[in-house]
Amino acid sequence: MDFLLFALLAGVGVALIAAPLGAFVVWQRLAYFGDTLAHASLLGVAFGLLLTVSIQAAITVSCLIVAILLTIWQTQRQLPTDTLLGIISHSSLAIGLILVSVFDAGRLDLTRYLLGDILSTNTTDIITIFAIAIVIGLLIWRFWTPLLAITVNEAMAEVEGVPVKRMRLLLLFMLALTIAVAIKIVGVLLITALLIIPAAAARYLSRTPEQMVGFAAIIGCLSVALGLASSFQWDTPAGPSIVASASGLFILSLLIKRYSA
Amino acid sequence: MKKETSTSKQPLSSNSQALITADNISLIHGDKVLLQDINITISAGEIVTLIGPNGAGKTTLLNILLGLSSPTAGTIKRNKDCRIGYMPQRLQLNPQLPLTVDRFLSLVNSTLSSVQSSTISIDKALTRTGVNHLQKTDMNNLSGGEIQRVLLARALLRQPQLLVLDEPVQGVDINGQNQLYQLISDIRDELNCGVLMVSHDLHLVMAATDHVICLNQHICCHGHPESVSSHPAYLELFGDTSSNLATYTHHHDHKHDLHGKVVKGKDTHQNHSQCSHGDH
Repeated sequence: MDFLLFALLAGVGVALIAAPLGAFVVWQRLAYFGDTLAHASLLGVAFGLLLTVSIQAAITVSCLIVAILLTIWQTQRQLPTDTLLGIISHSSLAIGLILVSVFDAGRLDLTRYLLGDILSTNTTDIITIFAIAIVIGLLIWRFWTPLLAITVNEAMAEVEGVPVKRMRLLLLFMLALTIAVAIKIVGVLLITALLIIPAAAARYLSRTPEQMVGFAAIIGCLSVALGLASSFQWDTPAGPSIVASASGLFILSLLIKRYSA
Repeated sequence: MKKETSTSKQPLSSNSQALITADNISLIHGDKVLLQDINITISAGEIVTLIGPNGAGKTTLLNILLGLSSPTAGTIKRNKDCRIGYMPQRLQLNPQLPLTVDRFLSLVNSTLSSVQSSTISIDKALTRTGVNHLQKTDMNNLSGGEIQRVLLARALLRQPQLLVLDEPVQGVDINGQNQLYQLISDIRDELNCGVLMVSHDLHLVMAATDHVICLNQHICCHGHPESVSSHPAYLELFGDTSSNLATYTHHHDHKHDLHGKVVKGKDTHQNHSQCSHGDH
């Protein structure tokens, strides 16, 4: 049962981190951006294997690098942003898949990275997740108002003296960190779901941005618990079960909204 | 009826209390001239209205004056302590963001620096712009005119020395325009702030405007507006109500061809309702 407790702790930790970041992803329409970071992190896995360094560290570093590159590239005007993201997202996924299978033929199960591997969570993972949760929590708490201000209107925020560029970079850094730790839980393919589904579900229940983050955290934690229970009970894959539970809660919150009004 | 015309390329006023001065501003992207040799000065208590056809560079110029982008030539001098209240053209909020009006306004308070002592409360600002009853309403459920009033309240919260408004009455009916203009002019009197406004209409501007600047890449002409409420066409349309609107008569010594190039012409001075721009 220890592995289940560890999985639950890890999942809850990631759900707590994902709640505020997921809200910002929904508010600032960064879903595709998150997807791109997640797919590109598979390149990080490949380099981690190649250089025989910690794969978690390699994923984190590659997420941060891609986040910075994307911010720089977004200022160019030749390609629309979604096309640019589409190219980077899927080419890095493809190249990542090729590299991982070349470097690691037979030894490593690719689905661990694509769909998550929450049931093999160990103490180091738990410590990493909660350390990052604390860092992100403090940053969000400290910069909550300017982050909201740039979400509402960047030009207005800039005129009012908010350091817009630095805030945007901070947000992307936190997003990259979140994705790097969330890979363990739901994998490269489903990370964006863990970010946006609880936040979108929370929207129906909230009247303030703070409430939305709170409900997103609760819905995220519930999804993790439900997903793990289903995985334990019926032997379903854990990562997809968590995301499916989140989708169920999303529909439930939609119905609550509809029938309470 | 006041008529005051002068040729462009001269600074519009050289008040010692200049809040912001643009000196020979140009913006050139590749071989495309977006703005050319613009000189503007806005002083405390002065209302400047910027008009011009679509694509004339009004918002571009506003962004440069606000410091949101830089010109390729020329300099901007901003008074060091000049606090700007800005009202963007459109506030496109994501409906996924739950935000009540007072929460939206509270976002400005915490970005105020400690230098600013005379802050007013959110409640007072909303009362001033006539939308106090909307305090707990979600921003997504406001009408166009209500959003403008909330934005104006937000600009007021900063107790600005310069109020910058990008098409504040666009999409608001004529009565609402009248009221908003009245409000803006009252606020100017109260705060003695400078006001820089972009108007969506080429000929109807706010009556309290001190200076109208007609922009089409460069400053085509500028001057005083004339009172509209005595204009027979206006009276016929809207009756004998007191009006905050005024007409502006363009005085151009040139025309623009379809590509925006300047064509010199002698006889271009026309009547009120017609302007000499080919693309108006």
